[in-house]
Amino acid sequence: MSMNEFYTLNVNGQSMQVQDSWVGESLLYVLRERLGLPGSKGACEQGECGSCTVLLDGQAVCSCLVMAATAVDSTIVTVEGLDAHGAELTDVQDAFVQQGAVQCGFCTPGLIVAIHHLLDENPQPSELEVKEAISGNICRCTGYGRIFAAVEQAVAVRKASHTS
Amino acid sequence: MSTTKVEQRERDILGVSAIRPDGAAKVTGDFSFTSDMNAENMLWGATLRSPHPYARIVSIDTSRALALPGVHCVITADDVPGKPTYGLISSDQPVFARDYVRYMGEPVAALAADHPETCRRALALIDIEYEVLKPLTNAEDAIAGSFPPIHPDGNIIRHQRIVRGDQSATGPIIVEGEYEIGMQDQAFLGLEAALAIPDSHGKGVELHVATQWLHEDLGQISACLDLPPQNVRLILGGVGGAFGAREDISLQVHCCLLALKAGRPIKMQYGREESFFGHVHRHPAKIFMRHHAQSDGRIIKIEARFVFDGGAYTSTSPAVLINGITHTQGPYKCDNATVDGWAIRTNNPPCGAMRGFGVVQACFAHESQMDKIATAAGLSAVDVRLINAMETGDTLITGQAMESIAPVARCIIETDHIPLPAPLAANAHELLLPGGSGLTASASHIVRGVGWGVSMKNLMYSEGFDDFATARCSIKEGVVYLKFATSEVGQGFVTLAPQIARSVLGLDDVVVEPIDTQIGSAGSTSASRQTWMSGGAVDGACRLVREQIFQHVGKQNNIDPLRLVIEGTDIIDQIGTFRIAVREAIDGLSISETFEHHHKPTEELDENGQGNCHTAFAFVAHRAVVDVDPELGLVKVVQIATAQDVGRVLNPLSALGQIEGGIAQGLGLAVMEEIVIQDGKVRNPSFTDYLLPTTLDAPDVVAKMIEEYEPQAPLGAKGIGEPPCISVTPAIVAAIRDAIAKDLHRIPVRPQDICL
Amino acid sequence: MIVAKNLDAALFALREHDDARVIQGGTDLMVEINFNHLKPTTMVSLRHIPELRTITRPDSNTISIGSGVPYSQLEIEPVASVLPALAQASRTVGSPQIRAAGSLGGNLGTCSPAGDTLPVMFALDANIHLQSADSQRTVSIHQFMTGVKRNVKRQDEIITAVDFPIIDGWQGYSKVGVRNAMVISVASACLVADHESGDVRLALGSVGPTIIRCRETEQWLKDNTSLTRNSVISPDIAREFGARASRECSPIDDHRSTAQYRRHAISILAARLLQKAYA
Repeated sequence: MSMNEFYTLNVNGQSMQVQDSWVGESLLYVLRERLGLPGSKGACEQGECGSCTVLLDGQAVCSCLVMAATAVDSTIVTVEGLDAHGAELTDVQDAFVQQGAVQCGFCTPGLIVAIHHLLDENPQPSELEVKEAISGNICRCTGYGRIFAAVEQAVAVRKASHTS
Repeated sequence: MSTTKVEQRERDILGVSAIRPDGAAKVTGDFSFTSDMNAENMLWGATLRSPHPYARIVSIDTSRALALPGVHCVITADDVPGKPTYGLISSDQPVFARDYVRYMGEPVAALAADHPETCRRALALIDIEYEVLKPLTNAEDAIAGSFPPIHPDGNIIRHQRIVRGDQSATGPIIVEGEYEIGMQDQAFLGLEAALAIPDSHGKGVELHVATQWLHEDLGQISACLDLPPQNVRLILGGVGGAFGAREDISLQVHCCLLALKAGRPIKMQYGREESFFGHVHRHPAKIFMRHHAQSDGRIIKIEARFVFDGGAYTSTSPAVLINGITHTQGPYKCDNATVDGWAIRTNNPPCGAMRGFGVVQACFAHESQMDKIATAAGLSAVDVRLINAMETGDTLITGQAMESIAPVARCIIETDHIPLPAPLAANAHELLLPGGSGLTASASHIVRGVGWGVSMKNLMYSEGFDDFATARCSIKEGVVYLKFATSEVGQGFVTLAPQIARSVLGLDDVVVEPIDTQIGSAGSTSASRQTWMSGGAVDGACRLVREQIFQHVGKQNNIDPLRLVIEGTDIIDQIGTFRIAVREAIDGLSISETFEHHHKPTEELDENGQGNCHTAFAFVAHRAVVDVDPELGLVKVVQIATAQDVGRVLNPLSALGQIEGGIAQGLGLAVMEEIVIQDGKVRNPSFTDYLLPTTLDAPDVVAKMIEEYEPQAPLGAKGIGEPPCISVTPAIVAAIRDAIAKDLHRIPVRPQDICL
Repeated sequence: MIVAKNLDAALFALREHDDARVIQGGTDLMVEINFNHLKPTTMVSLRHIPELRTITRPDSNTISIGSGVPYSQLEIEPVASVLPALAQASRTVGSPQIRAAGSLGGNLGTCSPAGDTLPVMFALDANIHLQSADSQRTVSIHQFMTGVKRNVKRQDEIITAVDFPIIDGWQGYSKVGVRNAMVISVASACLVADHESGDVRLALGSVGPTIIRCRETEQWLKDNTSLTRNSVISPDIAREFGARASRECSPIDDHRSTAQYRRHAISILAARLLQKAYA
């Protein structure tokens, strides 16, 4: 098994080097085990849970299904790199905390990234658009009710800050 | 969607929707789950598991694996220095299999290497010769005695009967059914992971692990490692959900053994496939029930036979069986009963605790039966349940008196008052139809149904088990510190404990100390018990501290401490005018009090299943509205209405989260979740084929919390974790039956059950 | 890892390394690697090859979709209005995250009978463009897929594009899964009603070792009706159409479903699609 992959990834605005790695490593593995970014989580390794969601060139993808060495010359944003515009938490993160949408928290980073992507593309989504946009994120604890409430709060907060 | 308005209160005391103290860390990704932990000089551990449900181990050769560059050590049963087996009730489960493997996935060896990929390749180089044997897969064969023992302890794990009242009683209405419950998995998202750091002298180890009961793990681990318990330090890492699957040991001993053998920190983590093999599941069961009733629908007698398939090792099967059979009657009056219950060992995957713990299975049977009685008596689903509804003071079929507040009728009536959803529109959006974006149907193909389920659930442990909880409250430099070993698995005890302290002490600055074994046991985070037990311990410890504060203030101000009470953030003299801010009163004080909360003792059951074996009970009603495509057998659960007996709401947002989450799990068992087993082999150990509900499967949940203060509970609050997932399942099945006018007797309901 | 910046570089790498495999979205290949079924040695990344991500109209009756265009692009314009069945099928692939990465090239490369877009290709008689360093060829989808996860693509070839005809008519896709999102299909179907020729074409997924074109059922319909864009389908015709379609498939029992259910589901899907086509 050769460990001779060497490449540079652009993660959260920073250039990060990966050395002596195995070609089969997923982006999720590299983020968590090589680049000190354990915020993205792995719960299935096959793209069926969304816990590993990151933004790759502006698209929300499962990082467990991205071969890390192919992600060169791309922009990667993880939960650690979401812009809170100087606040402690982004509006989506704050809504999750306020609305009780976090229980064990394992699905949470993936959901936060997926919802940021949704609201950046579609700031006023309908209820069904929200549900379909995050249908690839599984939560086992909450039953989703409080997650929908959190999205509703984030949508309202964004709308208010745009009209003010 | 409903947004709960989070009211801005001044203080996060009991009754307020206090937000989680770990919420910010969890939403930023900073919160450390055990899988996020690393150590300097760390190696990776991995486990080799049996591919066969039943086989004799002829030989094990680890030499090729050891020779692979990057591999540091390989261990098997020969490397277990202490007790070779472990178990929650009976120590019948080997750390590593010796001589026989008894289920597909049973651990046979483990190794440590420099990279997870090296581990995977090395596992393939461990040579094991098996003599494959015909597995015992049908529990009835074990009961009949027609299969030789697959374990020295035999194939019958437990047999228990309940016999009460007039055995010859009968009634004009007799309805019966054979009910089948498939194997559900807890499927917590936070996959099993642990980090074991050996002491430099090799005689101790520190284990960071996600578990439900630190002290129980500690006892079992130290016995297997042959180390004194004080040399094994367990620290609770971040837990990504549990739902029962972390009550049993999984990777704890393996990880510690590798660390001690390699002399380096070892990180082990399971992938999803391994996780399906690495923990116990919900017991699949077959239940026969026959109800005799009066012509007005009142139950006269129940006969039942329960068979729980416990799989290869005992785990908590004996307790699951008792829970199941003692809940045969459901939340209904019943004077006469004959119940026969079996927990069986087979070569199917081991089963144990999962949210609901045996009552889920019993509830599906008794609620299906109640609908049959309703049909025979010409009653509605609501009326048949109201006429039989249990009340405080009733006698259970075990002879135990129902001492808990039992607002069964109120739960049903309040659920019934919740408005039904609007009918499906002719031009309904495709995502609202069964089949969703698969575009399998239009609204004209869909039929709607409504169904009911009501349940009772015991709280805390039973049959004489003293599952106490310990907590320490300390005050130092104006800050309250709470110490407990209560596992936080996502349910929110770390939110509740400070709320208790703030209410009792009138102080707001509360810190939860690290959760580890440096304090007495809190018991398991299971059985809907922690609010009652650990909450009671925190409450008790805080009261002791408060007493000391009152003694101090009383002495300083020449007031009898009995006159002092907390009002908001002040201490006041109830009879006089004295008032002092608590913060001022504790200036310079250092206090620490530890309290153990015990519930009242319970009894074992005698050979007729008679005895006060349970502590307390909670009740809940569910009404399900489903849309069904009868030709394709596809289902969309539209609405779940529920009224749950919670005693007292301590944190409305947390409580709602438990209810909605439990409902989703019950929905999963009703229509989509099943571990498919064929000849002892698991066919679907992945999220591709073990289906969990997504956002597009989640119904609208309308929940009412019934607050009738439970005097036996230290805070007046009942546990709320399990009831939401119990009667929602039969409610959904009843709704499907209503839509298709056809009987269903199995969960999960599959499309072919509906349409073929 | 060879990160190819253009098609020629990728084709060259495949020729030079006979152990080389291509990877585009990775949504199938990484599962194989994560689950220990595949040990990659030399990989060629197609992610940054712009030629594979184009959507063009070689002529007025054809739309050509680059093999690397993600499914999320196929759900919207310019594809959705000319290939509605492809848009519908693409919407059911995996999850939004998978749709942002996966592509037709991947669906064809994996060539599973449960591949969601394959029935659409079969119903529309799509053509697959293959290139190697030294050659290129165009293969009908009917020749391309040869069995379960088997196709005629050689190791040194890359699927570059898929050509679909633009038909004047109706087309639709249906997929049965146990859950309302993120499902591997238990049974699926694509129906194309060509109003110009009066032909109806039906392709089935997950009910045989390859996608099944129901040529006998199509012929029966042609022989027993003469359909125009204004026709209405009677319940009897729909039912018979469905029954015949279900007889043309050869499903199996597996952990997801039973052969009996799959056959039954096909009969319903086919009947409903036909009625929808002429509603």
